This record gives sequence, structure tokens and C-alpha cells, in this order.
Amino acid sequence: MEKIKLTIDNIEVEVDKGTTIYKAAKQIGIDIPVLCYMNLEHLNIENRPGGCRICVVEVEGRRNLAPSCSTECTPGMVVKTHTIRVLNARKTVLELILSDHPSSCLTCSSSGQCDLQDLAQRLGIREIHAVENAMVSTYRKDCSPALNRDMDKCIMCRKCETVCNDVQTVGALSAVNRGFMSVVATAFEQDLVDSTCTFCGQCVAVCPTGALTPFDDTNKIIRALSDPSKTVIVQTAPAVRAALGEEFGLPAGTLVTGKMVAALRTLGFDKVFDTDFAADLTIMEEGTELLSRLSRFLEGDKSVKLPLLTSCCPAWVNFFECFYPDMLDIPSTARSPQQMFGAIAKTYLADQMKVKREDLVVVSVMPCLAKKFECEREEFAVEGNPDVDFSISTRELAGLIKAANINFNNLPEEDYDNPMGESTGASVIFGVTGGVIEAACRTAYELFTGKKLEKIDFEELRGIEGIRSATIDFDGTPINIGIAHTLGNARKLLDGIRAGMYNFHAIEIMACPGGCIGGAGQPLHHGDSNILKARYEAIYREDANKPIRKSHENPYIVKLYEEFLGEPMSEKAHHLLHTCYFCKEKH
Amino acid sequence: MSTSTLKLQDSQIKIINNICDSFNNNPGELISILHRAQGEFGFLPEEVQRAISDKLNISIAKVYGVVSFYSFFTMTPKGRHAISICMGTACYVRGAEKIVDEFKEQLGIDVGGVTEDGKFSLDCLRCVGACGLAPVVLIGEKVYGRVETHQVKEIIESYKD
Repeated sequence: MEKIKLTIDNIEVEVDKGTTIYKAAKQIGIDIPVLCYMNLEHLNIENRPGGCRICVVEVEGRRNLAPSCSTECTPGMVVKTHTIRVLNARKTVLELILSDHPSSCLTCSSSGQCDLQDLAQRLGIREIHAVENAMVSTYRKDCSPALNRDMDKCIMCRKCETVCNDVQTVGALSAVNRGFMSVVATAFEQDLVDSTCTFCGQCVAVCPTGALTPFDDTNKIIRALSDPSKTVIVQTAPAVRAALGEEFGLPAGTLVTGKMVAALRTLGFDKVFDTDFAADLTIMEEGTELLSRLSRFLEGDKSVKLPLLTSCCPAWVNFFECFYPDMLDIPSTARSPQQMFGAIAKTYLADQMKVKREDLVVVSVMPCLAKKFECEREEFAVEGNPDVDFSISTRELAGLIKAANINFNNLPEEDYDNPMGESTGASVIFGVTGGVIEAACRTAYELFTGKKLEKIDFEELRGIEGIRSATIDFDGTPINIGIAHTLGNARKLLDGIRAGMYNFHAIEIMACPGGCIGGAGQPLHHGDSNILKARYEAIYREDANKPIRKSHENPYIVKLYEEFLGEPMSEKAHHLLHTCYFCKEKH
Repeated sequence: MSTSTLKLQDSQIKIINNICDSFNNNPGELISILHRAQGEFGFLPEEVQRAISDKLNISIAKVYGVVSFYSFFTMTPKGRHAISICMGTACYVRGAEKIVDEFKEQLGIDVGGVTEDGKFSLDCLRCVGACGLAPVVLIGEKVYGRVETHQVKEIIESYKD
């Protein structure tokens, strides 16, 4: 690679040809402020429209200021990043942006984690020079079950558009209209629910302001908890325990399972359960479905559809319903762990607890925004009463804990309640890419071969590359596994399957980068892949520390089948734990 | 932008596909394709945009983004006689705004609107390069120069069909 030497703020630096001034400065510890620039290294995605002009620098011999995020270094270049001209320009640019931005920081849900607010502080903006009769752009609000759009707070950085189009290939968002009227919107400016949006929420995760925010269900939870006629129980998804601590200043990757349980009890939940229990249940159903399809396939039954696709991820379900309506018979019919939990809680558990269905409120804590959409799907309700009443994100839970004056870091470690709090290592790894299929393999191997697994860890299924494949030896029968995370990678696999390019038996798909650990409901990681990596390792640590690591060995799962469900794929299991998919083709 | 829908016939989808094919279905040619499609249909209703998005395999949001960006593209059908009033600097200072108001009054429509009978539509545009004739009004291909408000009624009445 050809090298280039240049000087930035009197420091000489050598960089690869093609490096931008912004990156060259970063290399020597100079942190030029940016706003519209975004670098998601772990996804190899860079957003640099060069539109906001916050990152401008002075280049000797150049008439105008250069946007450092999108100007490449040239040999001998002399760059100054903090001359008075630069500082004034930055301030003016930011003031102009702020002049068309609501001053509602006190009540904005993004306050405290807003890049625009941080920048205003960093640049020392103390007043916004009012221009008489200045226009302010306004746009209608759009609320969906998962996320809200308030385009008055949009600064047109277009990060959401990049994530929606380039990472997820969902194509729900685009800049529309022109000039002062321009806005990031859906086709024909429909509501999100009518667009191709999958509610993965990754746009929310990258929005630098309060333009895109999660739909907030916390007040409903507070109301339910204070209602003496209701029994309120909660389930927590695997990925939450590996990230919640970040909201309380703990380093990324700190496992806070026990403290989280204690916090939920202090908040007033009558029972604290684990979605992991339902993940074990998912493995029983999905694993059995896989084995059934596989056995018939291996016996030469041509009517069998393979590969089996996992169906735990609600954004992924929305994605294939919308874009692959011709392939609705391939995904597993197993419901997601969240919904399996709800269905069992409002039948089996309600009976055990002697609570009427309508008096039992099931809350889930999820790393995900699409889960909010999922629990509102009509098929997951009985006579209008949903299996899961409310789904809140990891961040919303952190907010609840703070509002309840709980000193999280000083809490003791507590255990989940039984029966739906017992789980195995297999269920914990549902939170990372490759985890669901590894959990399935642990059980499917033993059921298929009748032999005990010698090595529980399927290292070949792990990793963070976007698309992976591995062949697992089921005692002489090779099983081909595919894995993809992000919907863009899922699309590549799906297109390959449609074209008959692959011979996978099973494929796991998760919509978010890294799997649920990178979900849009998690603490914001601002593209820092080290945070994702730390969460990833924490999940596998939790798995390794579990006394039981295979779903079919969970004693409470065994008991649930004995007492209630019969066997996997039984009629009762079908009714409560499986679903069907709908064609939602919207182009 | 208000939308106008149109259920496409197979023959119309064929026309769209042919236009896209003639540009090798290259998404980079989207603007040219939309231009041709508008020439064919007179406007770009939602269904035409969807057909183009399907054929080029790009998101409908992107197609709409382009259509809504360029003022040349329209999602509402134009009148049989499309009236365009120049609002360029020269025409503006010579009273184009009054001419616009007079057309609005006479036709009973706003800028961007179409008369109920579909006969006239009214739009503004920027400089047509005939500043010496300011203010300028275009109706179809015909150019009217040095237009004065009292002439507007007469001009409209000269379109008999």
C-alpha cells in the first residue's frame, strides 16, 4: 500500500493512500468533531455524506475549508484542525443546524445520549442567534408499536438511511422532497407500519438525535405494577444480562444476571422469570421440527422443505414475510422464545398460580424493538388478551430502575423464580449470532444419534463474520449449517437458496449485528465493535458456567412436557408454541 | 406530495418494462427512466413508480425519493393544456406574481392544481431564457410574452376544446 506523509496540527503523520484527513487525525489522537459521519467497523459500513460540515479543517493552499471526513490526504498536505477560522465555521454550522431544531432537550427522550446536544456543549454554543421570521421545518409525527419518528429533530445525517438500505437492505427509508422540505421518510410518506420496515430498530440505534426513538412502554408497566388486581410477571431475554450493566457505568461485558433479578423484584414484579426457559422450550420444538424434516429428507421424501430457517427473531420474520413471500414454508413454525413464554405463562403457569388469564400481566425485557411489534401481532392473543402484554427494552428497564431509586450496583445477586426461571447454557447463547443453531445442534445431535455429545461447544458455529457455514458431523451424517446476521446478509443467503446455490439443512438468522447483543434496545454502542465483542464473550461465559448446558436436560422443561404439553410437536404444543406466517409483500 | 393512483394494465407494465430494458435495467439510469415514463403516462403515479422499482430491483422509497426531489416530476396528472408561469428574476420583477394570481383567480385552482374538467393545470417554473419578453407564460409549447393581467382571461378563452 502506497504511503503518504502529511502534517496535522504540526504533527507529521504517515498514512495509507486513500485515508481521509479525519482518520489520519484520529491515528495521532486528534479527535475532530463529527456529526453525520459514522463508521461501523464491524460491518464495514461507513456513512460519510459530507453534509453537515462540522468536521471542517483548514488545508494550506486550499481556498475553502475541507470536510475532513470525506477529504483524502495528499502528499505534503498541511492541515490545521483548530484555527479560529475553523472554530468559527464549526460554530456557525452548528448554530444553523440548531436554529432548525426544537429546543426541547429537557423533555426529549434522547437527552443525555444525543450527539447533537453533546456537540453543542463541546463547541460551547450558548445562544442561537435568532433570525427574524426564520422558517422552522416541521413534519407529522409517526408512531408505530416499536419506534417513533419525529422528523422535526432530524438533522439529515442520513445514518438511518444508510443502515436501512446498506446494512439491512430493507429500503424502508430514503431522503425525500427537496430543500427545506427534505426529510427522511418512507415511500409516498406512508406510516412505517405500512412500509417495508421490519422494526429491527437499527435506525434508532444510530440516530444522533431524538428523531428516531423507541416506543416507550414504561408508564404502562408502572401502572400495571401499582394495580393490586394484577399479578405482574417478567421475563428477561438472554442478551439483556450482558449489557444492562453498561447503563450503570459497569464495563461492557459485565454479567449482571443476579442484580437484574434483584432489581426486578425490588420494582415489584410478582415473579421474575427467564426468557431462557422459553429458549430451551424453543429448542425442543424447533429441534424436533428440524429432526423430523431432516429424517424425512434423508429417507428420500422429496416433499420436505429444507433448509429449516430459525424463527426467533421478529425483525427477520417481518423481513421474510415482506420480501420472500414465496418461501413462507421454509422457516420453522416455532414461535419465538418471548411468545412461547407468554403462551405457557398464560395457560400452564396461570393455572398453577391460580390467576385468571386477564389478571396476569406478562412483561418482557428485550434487547430488541421488534419484540414490541411482535407481542402485538393478532395471532399471539386469545380473545384480544395478548400472550405478552408489554415488551420493554434493556434501556427502558435501566430507566425504570433509576426512576425507582434503586442503587443497581449495590444490589445482591438473586436467583430467578421457578418453574420458568430455570435455564441451560444452550438458551443463554440465543443472544449471539450462531447461538440458536448451536443450542439446536446440542439437542438435535443427542436426539438424532442417541449418543451423548463428547464436546458441548460447537466452536465451528461461532464467530462474528456476517455469513458463516459449517458442517456438523451427526455421527456419520453431515449436517450443513448456515448462519447470517444483519438482514443484508440474510438476503444474500436467501437469494442463494432461491437460486438453488446451497445445500444447507438448517440456517440461523438474526437481524441485528452480532445477534441480539447488538439489538436496538440495548445500551447504545455508537459503532464501537469492542463493546459488542465484550457482550459476545460474556454470553459464552454465562453458558460455560451453567451446570446444565443442553436444553433437553432442563428439568423444568422435562416436567412441563410431562405435566402439560405431552411431547414436542404434540397437538397442544402446536396450538401454543407454533405459528404461521403471512404474505406481507409491499415491494 | 398528493398522490394519484392508477391500476396498471398489462400493456402499461409492458411499456414500463420496455423503458427499463432500453436502459439495461440500470438503477443508475433511474432519472432517465422516470423521464421517459412521465413522457409516456403524463405523470408518475404510485403504481408506475412501484413497477419501476420492481423492474430495477431498487427500493420504492428510493424511487419516490428521486421523484419527490425533482420538480420536473409530477405525481398528479397535468391538464390538457399545462400552463407554466416563469417566476425567474426578470419575470418576477416585471410582475409575474400578479399574473399567477390572475390565472389562479380565473381558473379557480392553486399553483400545482388542475381544473375539474382536466383542461388546465397551473405551475410555476424558473427562467425559460426569454427574459426580454418578461413576464413569460407558457401554455403547452406556446410562449406568451409581456403578459399583462387583463390579457389572462382572453388567453384562457382562446383554448376552446
